Amino acid sequence: MGLFNLLFSPHRQSAAIAKERLKIVLAHERAGRNAPDFLPKLQNELIEVVGRYVQIRDDMIRVNLGKSGETSLLEINIEIDGAKPKPPPVRTGLAGATPARPG
Amino acid sequence: MAKVVVITSGKGGVGKTTTAAAFAAGLAMRGHKTVVIDFDVGLRNLDLIMGCERRVVFDFINVINGDANLNQALIKDKRNDSLFIFPTSQTRDKNALKREGVERVIEELKQQFDYIICDSPAGIEHGAITALYFADSAIIVTNPEVSSVRDSDRIIGILASRSRRAERNESPVEVNLLLTRYDPARVAKGEMLTVEDVGEILSIPLLGVIPESESVLRASNTGTPVAFDEDSPAGRAYLDAVARFLGEQREMRFVKPERRNLFRALFGRA
Repeated sequence: MGLFNLLFSPHRQSAAIAKERLKIVLAHERAGRNAPDFLPKLQNELIEVVGRYVQIRDDMIRVNLGKSGETSLLEINIEIDGAKPKPPPVRTGLAGATPARPG
Repeated sequence: MAKVVVITSGKGGVGKTTTAAAFAAGLAMRGHKTVVIDFDVGLRNLDLIMGCERRVVFDFINVINGDANLNQALIKDKRNDSLFIFPTSQTRDKNALKREGVERVIEELKQQFDYIICDSPAGIEHGAITALYFADSAIIVTNPEVSSVRDSDRIIGILASRSRRAERNESPVEVNLLLTRYDPARVAKGEMLTVEDVGEILSIPLLGVIPESESVLRASNTGTPVAFDEDSPAGRAYLDAVARFLGEQREMRFVKPERRNLFRALFGRA
């Protein structure tokens, strides 16, 4: 490869970019490859159960399968900070009991 | 002991059928009785690449369903007595490839052949999984390009978890990389992933590098497996890969850009 090409080729080192991108995406995908299929379902059910007591958004519960040395770790993070307690259940049949919705 | 070899990639258009045809031809040239099976139900193409499209009478699905026996469906190659082609069906019912039926046919082929080459369809659906399920060995056909490398990685994972060997806790499917459509001139300019890059990312043994070559299209135009074109770089690269597959040591060729040669430029064939 000539010096001219090295300095002035507009496409120089696109292969290096390809390699970096592949390494990152594959590291991520390989980590998720052995995750059991039940993780998304577990996450949804946790959201449902915790949601009975506090108002949470879906992204406030994260379920991960990790490793610490030889031990497999099921890591569940529930971000509760700032979550509002769930309002008491709405009694049906009483006009005006439902909270007013904006708009 | 017969060996079942799947030619797979995940991604389409990377050269699986070209490789299946060339590899089967190369094994037959080395005297091994070889059959190459098309697993791409509904999109039959191996027959064209092998140049036997007008000789197809019965197919894989006919044999699975018991409508024909194996020897009625197998097509003997006219150029090499050790080479047989097993065409697939053009049916649109992809699920016609039932695992029990495929298993019975493969067991029967094992009685007659040294090598059973399974040409997988693209993707990770039923056909591709069936093609790799019975494999003892896998050749991962990869282009030096991001989407092909990623899909190869996915297929390697599937071989490790969903093949029959994995399900039975037997020794794992032996997996090898075949890098195709390699352009050493572009690699030298930093425009294409190097063979070392791809090897490092996928971390499986390298069986061979097939250079981008005009001879591949010429071979498919004429229905000749490119390994029969022993003068072409791609043909020679495939024969090297076959030799390595059989346990021989061969130096990697066609990985450095060719010197410009005036004579070749004027008169030569690629």
